[in-house]
Amino acid sequence: MTDPILKGPILKVQGLNKHFGGVVATDNLDFDVEPGEIHAVIGPNGAGKTTFVAQIAGMIKSDSGSIMFDGGEIAGLSAHARSRRGLARSFQITSIFKEFTVIENVAMSIQAHDGHSFRFWRRANTDPALMDPARALLDRVGLGARAEIVASNLAHGEQRQLEIAMALATGPKLLLLDEPTAGMGPEDSQSMAAFLRDIKGEYSMLLIEHDMDTVFALADRITVLVYGRAIATGTPEEIRGNDEVRAAYLGEEA
Amino acid sequence: MMSRAKILCLLIGFLVLVAIPPATTALDADFYMGLAARMMIFAIAAVSLDLLLGYGGMVSFGHAAYLGTGSYAVAILAFYGITDGFLQFAVAVGASALVALIIGFICLRTKGVYFIMITLALTQMLYFLGISLEEYGGDDGINTDRSEFFEWFDLGDDTNLYYLILFFLVLSLWISWRLINSRFSMVIRGSQSNDDRMQAIGFPTFRYKLTMFVIAGVICGVAGFLLANLTEFVTPEYMHWFRSGEIMIMVLVGGMGTLFGPVFGAIAYLLFEEVISDFTEHWMIIFGPILVLLVLFARKGVWGMLPGRERGDD
Amino acid sequence: MSLLLLLEQTLNGIQFGVFLFMISAGLTLVLGIMNVVNLAHGSFYMLGAYYAATIMAWTGSFILALVIMLPAMLITGIVVEVLVLRTMYERDHMDQVLATFGLILFFNEAVRMIWGAESMPMDIPAFLSGHVDFIPDAPYPIFHIAIIIAGLLVAALLYVMITRSRTGMLIRAGASNRPMVGALGVNIRMLYMVVFGMGAVLAGFSGLMAGPILSVEPGMGEDMLILAFVVIVIGGIGSIRGAVVASIIVGIFETVGRSILPALLTQLMSSDAAQSMGPAMSSMLIYIFMAAVLFFRPEGLFPARTG
Repeated sequence: MTDPILKGPILKVQGLNKHFGGVVATDNLDFDVEPGEIHAVIGPNGAGKTTFVAQIAGMIKSDSGSIMFDGGEIAGLSAHARSRRGLARSFQITSIFKEFTVIENVAMSIQAHDGHSFRFWRRANTDPALMDPARALLDRVGLGARAEIVASNLAHGEQRQLEIAMALATGPKLLLLDEPTAGMGPEDSQSMAAFLRDIKGEYSMLLIEHDMDTVFALADRITVLVYGRAIATGTPEEIRGNDEVRAAYLGEEA
Repeated sequence: MMSRAKILCLLIGFLVLVAIPPATTALDADFYMGLAARMMIFAIAAVSLDLLLGYGGMVSFGHAAYLGTGSYAVAILAFYGITDGFLQFAVAVGASALVALIIGFICLRTKGVYFIMITLALTQMLYFLGISLEEYGGDDGINTDRSEFFEWFDLGDDTNLYYLILFFLVLSLWISWRLINSRFSMVIRGSQSNDDRMQAIGFPTFRYKLTMFVIAGVICGVAGFLLANLTEFVTPEYMHWFRSGEIMIMVLVGGMGTLFGPVFGAIAYLLFEEVISDFTEHWMIIFGPILVLLVLFARKGVWGMLPGRERGDD
Repeated sequence: MSLLLLLEQTLNGIQFGVFLFMISAGLTLVLGIMNVVNLAHGSFYMLGAYYAATIMAWTGSFILALVIMLPAMLITGIVVEVLVLRTMYERDHMDQVLATFGLILFFNEAVRMIWGAESMPMDIPAFLSGHVDFIPDAPYPIFHIAIIIAGLLVAALLYVMITRSRTGMLIRAGASNRPMVGALGVNIRMLYMVVFGMGAVLAGFSGLMAGPILSVEPGMGEDMLILAFVVIVIGGIGSIRGAVVASIIVGIFETVGRSILPALLTQLMSSDAAQSMGPAMSSMLIYIFMAAVLFFRPEGLFPARTG
């Protein structure tokens, strides 16, 4: 539920800094995501994209800087508290519950946001309050037919779909998508991009991607990250035409 | 549903347990009733440890601490002349819960190897505490009388105690059964599978793991309460980390992550100990290598290897 | 509590710390490099003591005991590694714990069968017996000084080996990033065997030195093992430096605590109670300290791992 009176970005990062020993991973970074937009982050390997997302998600503690989400400061909150506020993350390296079935994976996310779980008596995996929404979500993502399969038996592309499903199942306002098409072939990547376009507008998104076609097709804005610094932010056309970006990054591709 | 073989096994097993007191009295073989009672007590302890081990992946090498806490609750209160069973039971439960809360709070901040070592170390601390308390027997242990409940239920009668133990075994199995498939357990099992993701989707996993830790500790504390009553003797040895190891072996042998596995494991282990030690007092030298072989080849345990649905059956 | 007594107890603490260090060093390397929990490490300490005590009983010579015990421990360690530990590398920690627990049971019983359940006497060797007055009026046993010196030598040797030799470099690399070392094509098997063997020898050496002071009996390794775990947790897995510092800390807590605490406790309770509770309390202090370290620095004081 977004407050209709709330104006301004749903995510506002200011002056974010993080270093590991001598290496600067995030360098005085400012960043924001407007409600309903897809703001993509691109950059060469080692630019600190995943580290950036990890700080927003709360798995890494920043050295300094502020992270405002949905009107509130979250820099001091734990990862699970941020999730409860409406932040969801999908991982670059698939991070699912391998021993559980596909539907149980999604049900777990739903359970996480269905009050507390100090419920000791009723069976969880026959509970319609969990299973019905889980099934609906799986159908939406395209994994409906695979619901009863044990997650470790899924194909790689299907596991990436499950990654997204688990993030969506928490009913978030903002999605942090870390290379959702990682390791996917061209067909699967296109399906994923089409899906993301489908749900665009329902969710705000911070999208990290390497696949340029996907980025330029989906993104409203693009930020280019190099050595933890944002060297350019703008619309896809602006970025395409930016000389500094071409030199630092796109130049390698062209 | 479980396979028919398993259901049959369980039914027979339960009937055997119920029939033991009258049977052994008739055959004038009271010793076996005591042995069965002991098996059931350790079965309770094993079932409680399996909640941590089999479902949460929390390799607690300190579970014997609760056996000791429950036992000493009986002995220490009796020492001061308090023999009321209800009070002793309440203290056993309360003390176990408190100890589990403290130990869990410290240990659950760690993972993997650290967790194992710290649970081991903290339990040993309790063991040393027990030894140092000369008042309550210290090294030598202390004798204690059986708890007193109602006049019509005299625990001095071995048969009564036996059925009380059987009752608690069934109760702990029932609690375990309801617990295992609940939402609460899903959090525990999810944490074992992928704790980071659990937190990422919004679960504050620490408090759930701590709760399970306390539940397991309390059930084991009850086993300790029963043990003190059975043996009428309490010693710090009940808390030694070797005891923890033995309970872990019972869970392994029976089948980790199954409901009834730990029961069979406890029975099998104590039976083996009983039978072999009649032949030689050096039976450990055979058991040691057997344990290594079990870990290598029979990881699923006895119950786990019987045909039937895998995880979450029954 | 006189200053002299305090000094003496501190030296005793350092000496105890030396025992702990030699046991912990092997344990921390095995854990750090091979990622294996070996509960039976305390058994190596025990076996070292028994081998040495037996040879001394036969020949009356401590030097001979030392000379024979070292290779004997190496062989023992290698046999255990090949027969049991190898199968455990790919397993999770729970399996390793249970399997090595089985080893403990086996070794304790084997020792009981061969040498009996009573503790075995072991004398301080003649050339190291007696006292020395390095502070006037405060005679301190020469053997204890010898232990401290031996410990320093071992620590120095380990330091040189680990920082200067090729094997040492591999060990350091393995401790901080194990998969990488394997991926680089290093003969992991050999490395593991060497590390494990070294650990066994060190533990055995500790047993040799401890034999004359503490009692040589079945199960003597387990109490030391637990303290060794505490040392590793405090010092940091895979870190020799951490093991040195933590061993000294734990050693001093144990000994000084044991002697000071009863005195302090008698302020609060009867002398008898204080005497019996003192040791328990000083142990508790160590665990509290360990818990505190874990709270503030969960990777230990000098963590070796970066990867």
